[in-house]
Amino acid sequence: MSLHYVFEVLPSLFQGAGMTLELFALTLIGSLPLGIIVSLGLTSKIKPLKWVLEIYVWLMRGTPLLLQLIFVFYGLPIVGIVFQRFNAALVAFILNYAAYFAEIFRGGLQSIDQGQYEGARVLRLSYWQTIRKIVIPQVVKIVIPSIGNEVINLVKDSSLVYVIGLGDLLRAGNVATSRDVTLVPLLLVGLIYLLMIGICTYVLHKVEQRYAYYK
Amino acid sequence: MLEVRNLKKSFGDRPILDGINFTVKDGEILTIVGPSGAGKTTLLRCVTGLESADSGEFLIDGKPFDPESVEPEQTVIGVVFQEFNLFPHLSVLENITLAPTMVLKQSTKEANQNAEKLLQQLGLAGKGNLYPFQLSGGQKQRVAIARALAMKPKILCYDEPTSALDPNLRDEVAQLILGLKKQGMTQLVVTHDMEFAKQIADNMLKVQALDSKQA
Repeated sequence: MSLHYVFEVLPSLFQGAGMTLELFALTLIGSLPLGIIVSLGLTSKIKPLKWVLEIYVWLMRGTPLLLQLIFVFYGLPIVGIVFQRFNAALVAFILNYAAYFAEIFRGGLQSIDQGQYEGARVLRLSYWQTIRKIVIPQVVKIVIPSIGNEVINLVKDSSLVYVIGLGDLLRAGNVATSRDVTLVPLLLVGLIYLLMIGICTYVLHKVEQRYAYYK
Repeated sequence: MLEVRNLKKSFGDRPILDGINFTVKDGEILTIVGPSGAGKTTLLRCVTGLESADSGEFLIDGKPFDPESVEPEQTVIGVVFQEFNLFPHLSVLENITLAPTMVLKQSTKEANQNAEKLLQQLGLAGKGNLYPFQLSGGQKQRVAIARALAMKPKILCYDEPTSALDPNLRDEVAQLILGLKKQGMTQLVVTHDMEFAKQIADNMLKVQALDSKQA
């Protein structure tokens, strides 16, 4: 493996990594809040709302993300909904990840003691005040480890976008590998994934520490 | 003055409370006593709006009020729960000031001043920055009292104030409640502890289990 070759392929790999990171960040920004809202619906007393959301979660968790990507990009145009490649990927990822996050948050919500709601109720806090100030901060602490798992999965799942022709990190590596008949680019791809996930792990650890101030 | 007239409550077809009448005069302490399962806590939950009564009238200073109302102006009743239900992720000071700032729209400064005063009064000076897990049971209870008092209720209700604490703290709790009485607080105390009830009560209401199978 010549160092010269490494520097030759790195720019295209970084370009792919840029797309991976962009998809990763935007998916999190969209799916975390959506997941919280869906989880509130899943634990709601309004039955029809709960059923609709349960079907949504079932669909999202019950079919491969790869299939969902194909469906959003190639399938939805049939009914007149057309997304650009990147937006299609984003929609599929947000919908898919929100479902997983919703289930994680649901578990967190259910572990909050009923006494917390009653404490807030007798102080006349409104539903949203209670959710925002009492419930969510406690749920976040509970769910960080599970959310962390999904976040790390997301970095790697982003490689599925090759199926709708987007050039992410893994695809950039693949292209270089088949062109130059060497595994070096894929080795570098592996290292870049490890680096990204290392950073994620570090950040998650910091977030966990931030919530360690109470028991 | 709190008056409750002809309060009825059943769970399914099991009657819990039937025709309960009582009055708590200003500055007095009414204790509600009775064996476990007699419906004491249910009675308190109806008065505090955590459970809806099947029928009955609630009057404060001669005017009817709805315990279940969520209007901030209806904050006439403060509650000290058996397990205190403090918010674990908030400091002592934040526990006390949350509702005054969010519900009564007090400024942070005003709420903090009031809270400091209450902490001083209840022997918790300097504990404002601690978190609930750092407090003893007795201290948690006093924070719960301060939190309820910060909403300036007309009457303060306690559910089994001695049962989550070390038995030798019983006298301390009695002194605390009598101390608040001296300051003019009207109080309603649910307890199964007869000795304790006698120690603090101006009036006593005995409730019996309606359902003999309960025993």
